[in-house]
Amino acid sequence: MDNQRRKFLKIAGASALAGIGAPTLVKLTAGDALAAAKAPADGHGAAAKDHGPEVPAGIRLAMVIDMRVIAAKPHLLDKAITACNEVHNIPDFGGDRKNEIKWLWKASFEAVLTDKSYTRLSKMVQNTDFPVLCNHCENPPCVRACPTKATFKLEKNGIVAMDYHRCIGCRFCMAACPYGARSFNWQDPRPFVKKYNNDFPTRMRGVVEKCNFCSERLALGQEPACVEACEGAITFGDINDPHSEISKVLDKEFTIQRKPTLGTNPSVFYIV
Amino acid sequence: MYNKKTIIPGLIIFVLFVTFPVWFNGLDAGPVPKPEMPQGGQKECVLPADEMRASHMQLLNEWRDDVLRDGGRDVVTVAGKEYRKGLQMACMECHTSQEKFCDTCHIYASVKPYCWDCHITPEAATKKKETR
Ligand code: SF4
Ligand code: SF4
Ligand code: SF4
Repeated sequence: MDNQRRKFLKIAGASALAGIGAPTLVKLTAGDALAAAKAPADGHGAAAKDHGPEVPAGIRLAMVIDMRVIAAKPHLLDKAITACNEVHNIPDFGGDRKNEIKWLWKASFEAVLTDKSYTRLSKMVQNTDFPVLCNHCENPPCVRACPTKATFKLEKNGIVAMDYHRCIGCRFCMAACPYGARSFNWQDPRPFVKKYNNDFPTRMRGVVEKCNFCSERLALGQEPACVEACEGAITFGDINDPHSEISKVLDKEFTIQRKPTLGTNPSVFYIV
Repeated sequence: MYNKKTIIPGLIIFVLFVTFPVWFNGLDAGPVPKPEMPQGGQKECVLPADEMRASHMQLLNEWRDDVLRDGGRDVVTVAGKEYRKGLQMACMECHTSQEKFCDTCHIYASVKPYCWDCHITPEAATKKKETR
């Protein structure tokens, strides 16, 4: 009896090992073939592309923020934030950091451009608040993290959009976004919205929200609300079109993006 | 059959119990809801009334996907009138009262759509103005 049990355990152990081992073996042998087949589509392919001349495809909407203008007229930024808040029915929790909903907000240079050195900052940079918003990344980690496709990239224009109907409030996207561009509705935002814009909905408790690059205004042929309010401090347009205004600005000025080393490739550029 | 004496009365009691809501209400489904017609006197909708009654929820879902996912924010033109795609921007421009229009049937059918958790009714918009 005892002998039989030993035998049984031995066989069971061996089969379990074989079961665990088999996929690894398959992986080891199939690995090269798979990598070869996939390479142009992901990781390595994209890295290779960065070194060669990039061939832009389709429309990619982007923004260039000229900090020289904002440093000279800081009130423009307040105007832009108010405009965004009013157009999108964004609640005001009056400084309550936990509940705060941010589409466009202010932060210091150190907080925005974290990977730049700041041993000695120019006075302008020290004294100026930077506007921050969703970067509408070319390679958005929030989209990859979202389990419901509530957050997705519009291939048509490069905007990283949201469908609040589908959002389950899991906040994976918030963990994935390296820029803190997303806010969660811990409570019903409605009582905290000062005045409704009747052409835009509010959000409800339990969903995440962020800047939508004013998709609803673009559809009407208008500029984003913050761009309009900023009187020229922000240029908006298609960076894949070499003749667009924004392309001309990018050709002329030296610009920086937030955390470029992460490979998200932000569509918001800063001239400092 | 064994235990006929207990099974048959048991079955009868069961059937009576399950159909309780039907016979308790006297085989009547209650008064049919009468949603209020648009106060502005509009007669046309984006679809005929019976189609809207049966499938307005599908239409709203299609509009939602058009607007949010496919970037199709173009207007719908029916009988010369332009409608923007949206509950707030099309439907409730004519059917201004959630309570007197939407809710009448939704309560009758015992469905609880959560449209208005986010979409603003004209009533909610007016109320907000008054409190400020
Ligand atoms: S900034 Fe954040 S939220 Fe916006 S696209 Fe990039 S990862 Fe997503
Ligand atoms: S919180 Fe919403 S948008 Fe974010 S990952 Fe979860 S479902 Fe997607
Ligand atoms: S683009 Fe529109 S949504 Fe985004 S920050 Fe500017 S005003 Fe707000």
